[in-house]
Amino acid sequence: MYLTLVFLPLFGSIAAGFFGFFVGSSGAGFLTITCLGLTFFLSCCVFYEVALAGAPCFIQVMPWFDSELFSFAWGFQFDSLTAIMLIVVTFISFLVHIYSTEYMSHDPHLPRFMSYLSLFTFFMLILVTADNFIQMFVGWEGVGLCSYLLINFWFTRIQANKAAIKAMVMNRIGDFGLALGIFCIFSKVGAVDYSTVFALAPYFSFDSFCFLNMEFNFLDLVGVLLFIGAVGKSAQLGLHTWLPDAMEGPTPVSALIHAATMVTAGVFLIARCSPLFEYAPGALSVVTIVGAMTAFFAASTGLLQNDMKRVIAYSTCSQLGYMVFACGLSNYHVGVFHLANHAFFKALLFLGAGCVIHAVGDEQDMRKMGGLARLLPFTYGMMLIGSLSLMGMPFLTGFYSKDVILEVAYGNYTTSGHFAYILGTMAAFLTAFYSMRLLYLTFLSKPNGFRVLIVNAHEAPLRMALPLFVLAIPSIFIGYLTKDMIIGLGTDFWQGSIFIQPKNFTMIDAEHIPVSAKLLPVVLSILGASSSYFLYSYGSSTLYRLKTSPLGLKLYTFLNRKWFFDKVYNEVIGQFFLYAAYHWTYKQVDRGLIESLGPFGLSRLVSRVAYILKQLQTGFFYHYTLAMVISLMLFLAYFSLATVFGTSSVLLLNDARLWILFIVSIFFLTSDFKKEGQR
Amino acid sequence: MEQYLILSTILFFIGLFGIVLNRKNILVILMSIELMLLAINVNFIIFSNSIDDIIGQLFALLVLTVAAAESAIGLAILVIYYRLRGNIFIEQSHLMKG
Repeated sequence: MYLTLVFLPLFGSIAAGFFGFFVGSSGAGFLTITCLGLTFFLSCCVFYEVALAGAPCFIQVMPWFDSELFSFAWGFQFDSLTAIMLIVVTFISFLVHIYSTEYMSHDPHLPRFMSYLSLFTFFMLILVTADNFIQMFVGWEGVGLCSYLLINFWFTRIQANKAAIKAMVMNRIGDFGLALGIFCIFSKVGAVDYSTVFALAPYFSFDSFCFLNMEFNFLDLVGVLLFIGAVGKSAQLGLHTWLPDAMEGPTPVSALIHAATMVTAGVFLIARCSPLFEYAPGALSVVTIVGAMTAFFAASTGLLQNDMKRVIAYSTCSQLGYMVFACGLSNYHVGVFHLANHAFFKALLFLGAGCVIHAVGDEQDMRKMGGLARLLPFTYGMMLIGSLSLMGMPFLTGFYSKDVILEVAYGNYTTSGHFAYILGTMAAFLTAFYSMRLLYLTFLSKPNGFRVLIVNAHEAPLRMALPLFVLAIPSIFIGYLTKDMIIGLGTDFWQGSIFIQPKNFTMIDAEHIPVSAKLLPVVLSILGASSSYFLYSYGSSTLYRLKTSPLGLKLYTFLNRKWFFDKVYNEVIGQFFLYAAYHWTYKQVDRGLIESLGPFGLSRLVSRVAYILKQLQTGFFYHYTLAMVISLMLFLAYFSLATVFGTSSVLLLNDARLWILFIVSIFFLTSDFKKEGQR
Repeated sequence: MEQYLILSTILFFIGLFGIVLNRKNILVILMSIELMLLAINVNFIIFSNSIDDIIGQLFALLVLTVAAAESAIGLAILVIYYRLRGNIFIEQSHLMKG
């Protein structure tokens, strides 16, 4: 059952990918949906067995590498953390598959699309079920590859190509860090499977490790390197620029990859490596600070985006910041809880956005929508549920995890904890503001689109509406239903799959923080949502004046252009590397130094020297005789010097450095000679 | 004995410089070669006398015959050269350049 669960999506992918021509669009859709449905059903069974009944499962399939000390096997481990990820991934993926068959129904490449979606799910399952770092890395790279394929699905669009390359490259920067982290682990611990590494983590907690010729605390170094991997995959500050651009892919892809699945891999990695991070306080504070900054940055950027999907993408980025700093504050279970909840309502939001975009003829700019609430009442209702859940309105799913994150941040009694609390609370206000802005501009304001679009706007068909409806239910209830099970005090749900040092455990402290600190995020959320609603309903002239004032315009540009991250990256880093690659490494080294010392220089040298030697043979008899006499004299002089001064002075000529200098100088002297000759 | 050796060395170098410095006449080159061979012959005889060994004189006789043959062949070449070119100026004979 366990292995079937992992490999069913691969089967579906192969069937749809290689035999899509034979089974056709509907056949490919049917096959992949069936496989994913079965996978979801099996995941539920696994969840029952592993998480509820408390029977973790470890499967060793076959040896992979077996080379002296470096040996590990293809292994799968199913513990509570894996089980909860399995449920989330397969549930969202199943619904996205159903949704895609309708949303992409007019696309001639539907089998390919379904194949990629299933392949993506497969790699995600490999990632979460792996029992060692290397196999996890297979899934990690696999989801990166599939995100490339999916973002680039409409490969005729240049923007999609660029966005896909960007996603791949930015992810690869993070992957490099992750790979380095795994190398460090192996070189110190000598094993890459989780059980060994985590069991030995306390033993190495004070060891230092030499990296880049500098001494680091081993676990801090490993934690930071693994976190760099998570930064790339989870779009944290610094490597986040790929996520908003990845909206170039079809909307179901955004829902699957950029809301529920791929970006959660980073959070999953941190939670999985909790035994390592627990003994690395330095790495934990880095995680906290970066996560908090991401939450605030993305929320403030999402505030003034005009592309509907970009707003949701930035809210994803922001919520990932929440999860990451929750993990950084040693509350991994809270982070994973938010991950699961977030997956439901973010998938709901993305799929709802897909319905809206579908309804208005692929228009994504919110300024050209408006007034869709009456035309699309069902979609409006679903988006409203998703947005309220995202804002953390009381008694919806988002509330239960988001508020706990902020509470444990306040209750952490550390500087980084309070930093995270302040930024997180501000981000909560901004989140509510832009969520309501999205709803208002899309659904509530006066219609702003073209008449033909408004007239033709239609409600989502069944296969698109059904996933929305199914997702809306957990978006409302799942937080309430599973809160006690997952993050309740003293719950035995995790069964050791997440380790928290007792001194870092702050759930109880979080219960004793001031009531005002508990209320503040909710109050700010409500305030943000209502202020947004009233500002856009009645204060549009005020907003216009704010936007056109000199300071306001600067702020607007700053936030709308994403804090100029892309500009700086492109113009400083990207340009620098392209310049260096072309002018230095290509023109000066490859075509310059190496070629003038290598093939071209050598051939020129030989012909030049031969030319010089040829010039010596003038044809005059007395020149030859003179040459003979001089050579004879030199020959005699060499041996008489050797006899007079001993062999050491003659051996001076055997100094290798002199010869290298001599040979290299010949290359450049003869090129001068050539110029002389041309003159 | 030393003054004899000095004489023969000077003779040899006069012959050598006669070849190197001569830019005009092939005949002078042949004469210079004869002079060098003469110096070598003198050298052989001096050393033969000095170390009291007959081999040196033997060699001197051999060199005499070789020098005679060489000058005969050289003059023959010169005659043919003159027949072809009409003069024996050496500086015009640089047709075989490298």
